[in-house]
Amino acid sequence: MAHFTKATSVKDWLNQRLAIEKVEKVMASEYWIPKNINFLWAMGMVLAITFALLLVSGIFLLMYYQPDVKDAFYSVNFTIMRDVDYGWLWRHVHGVAASVVFLIIYIHMFTGIYYGSYKKGREMIWVSGMLLFVTFSAEAFSGYMLPWGQMSYWAGMVITNIFSLGGLHLDGLVEWIRGDYVPAQAFLTRFFMLHVLLLPLAIMGLIGLHFAALRIPHVNNQDGEEVDFDAEAKKYLAGDKAGSKVIRFANDFMSKDLMVVGFFLIFFFYLVFFQYGFALDPVNFDPADGLKTPAHIYPEWYFLWSYEILRPFSVNIGLLAFGFAQVIFVLLPWLDRSPNAVPASRRGAFSVWFWLLLIDMIVLTAMGKLPPEGMFSTIGLVAAVAFILLWVALPFITMNEKKV
Amino acid sequence: MGKAFGAVAGVGAVASLVAMKKTWDPLPSVKAAGFTTLDMTIYPEGELITEKWRGKPIFVLKKTAAMIAKQTESQKARDIVVGDSHFMIAIGLCTHLGCIPAYIPADESFLCACHGGMFNWAGEVTKVPPPRAFDIPPFKIEGTSLVLGEVGPEFQAMKDSGITL
Ligand code: HEM
Ligand code: FES
Repeated sequence: MAHFTKATSVKDWLNQRLAIEKVEKVMASEYWIPKNINFLWAMGMVLAITFALLLVSGIFLLMYYQPDVKDAFYSVNFTIMRDVDYGWLWRHVHGVAASVVFLIIYIHMFTGIYYGSYKKGREMIWVSGMLLFVTFSAEAFSGYMLPWGQMSYWAGMVITNIFSLGGLHLDGLVEWIRGDYVPAQAFLTRFFMLHVLLLPLAIMGLIGLHFAALRIPHVNNQDGEEVDFDAEAKKYLAGDKAGSKVIRFANDFMSKDLMVVGFFLIFFFYLVFFQYGFALDPVNFDPADGLKTPAHIYPEWYFLWSYEILRPFSVNIGLLAFGFAQVIFVLLPWLDRSPNAVPASRRGAFSVWFWLLLIDMIVLTAMGKLPPEGMFSTIGLVAAVAFILLWVALPFITMNEKKV
Repeated sequence: MGKAFGAVAGVGAVASLVAMKKTWDPLPSVKAAGFTTLDMTIYPEGELITEKWRGKPIFVLKKTAAMIAKQTESQKARDIVVGDSHFMIAIGLCTHLGCIPAYIPADESFLCACHGGMFNWAGEVTKVPPPRAFDIPPFKIEGTSLVLGEVGPEFQAMKDSGITL
């Protein structure tokens, strides 16, 4: 048994049992962050805070929500929105956060791509990040089912049908996922379970993994410079704070992070109070009706780009393209063959690739929202093919990149 | 020792997975609720009527004389004849991803708003992404009525020849 002495203070008592001083050093005061980074590095913290907002607002919604096909719609649109004091606030916070979290995730991802933060020991950060993206997508989709409005029902119908995998006709699998021939009670209750328990648990575990994966390689910096963290930390601790390339995570760096979080929250609550409409689809204010498809079905904005990759092709090719789009980002650290982990601006052809990919995804997003007719179908098809070609070309573009 | 432990754990894991899989299966009550009888004498010609079977919309279109006259061989194969009336009867879900296509009487065709698929009045695809014509629900003709959910000889023949799934 370890040796314990009479504690001299509460801190000492805890320290003997939980080594809190050591933990504090590893996680905060001696977790070294490079100085040479910008506000884009605060997006991770913004995401963590947004997840907390989702969790808290979700807990309050859960107290009045009824996962029953007869009552769900009314429990949301009447009980929570009109009867419960400040019920509308939780719903607006939850809806706006669910939408904005994807905007921040995309910024966070493209920051990582731009600065090459998925290479040289940072592969696990990238992979865990993509797992978070996938689980967040499932979380958003399952949450969208809960109000049991027209868009909930028909999005549920279309997305679960994807699992019949086109020409393979796996209708049994689709019925198994739904627990019925069409989305009905069994479907609603199981997606409720996924949304409020299983997926949030998975997300919390993955956030833990994401942070752990970052601890050893440390965060990247604006020049992709390989910082010798031990040497720079020594310099800092010896008193040369100005000459050292690093600062402490807490409280020093954290205060900068929190300033960005502060600006974000002002913007966020502006949306919650004055511009919440974009996060609540008007079609979903009609109760689910299995005998009437809304005139125009589209997913939330953050799924539009991958939806548009599904749409212009015949069913099997569309599914293959869609599957490709879902997994290809995970493989980025291995498809990028160049040894350079520096900003895209210094990587020649890769820089062009980066901006083309970003523009292509914006075009796909725009076309996904428009009705699939005439000109829009054609632009969508071209953009979908371009997306696939860009990824196929990536290894060849980066293979011949000069070492910088 | 390690192997024995692994074997016990493996059996337990497989058994739990089976239980979990089965728990997600459709309930017997869901599977049992499955038959709908339609009186086929009441339908007006050339107008699309939507019925409901197993929670799914069922399209019933009594064909006009002009439609019957211009039927091609493949359209005739999908034709359902009750008494001396000809019908297009199908599950009203797009074979792409399951939206309900809207009938446009002026064009005598269906347009699916979800991804732009189109079908003609006989239920055949005229524009992708839908991979195949509308599925036909299992049916049995009994006099002037039609029982959905039961397999009659006419449906069996359609299934055998690959006209429907
Ligand atoms: C809710 C989801 C997420 C949370 C809470 C989160 C949180 C964080 C935090 C706190 C950091 C450190 C600070 C920073 O560099 O921004 C970070 C870094 C990082 N994340 Fe995420 N993240 C999430 C999703 C993602 C996704 C979807 C990806 C993309 C695949 C991703 C990729 C990265 C990368 C590459 C880094 C390292 C950046 C660097 O070293 O410069 N993360 N994340
Ligand atoms: S569901 Fe009809 S075209 Fe996709």
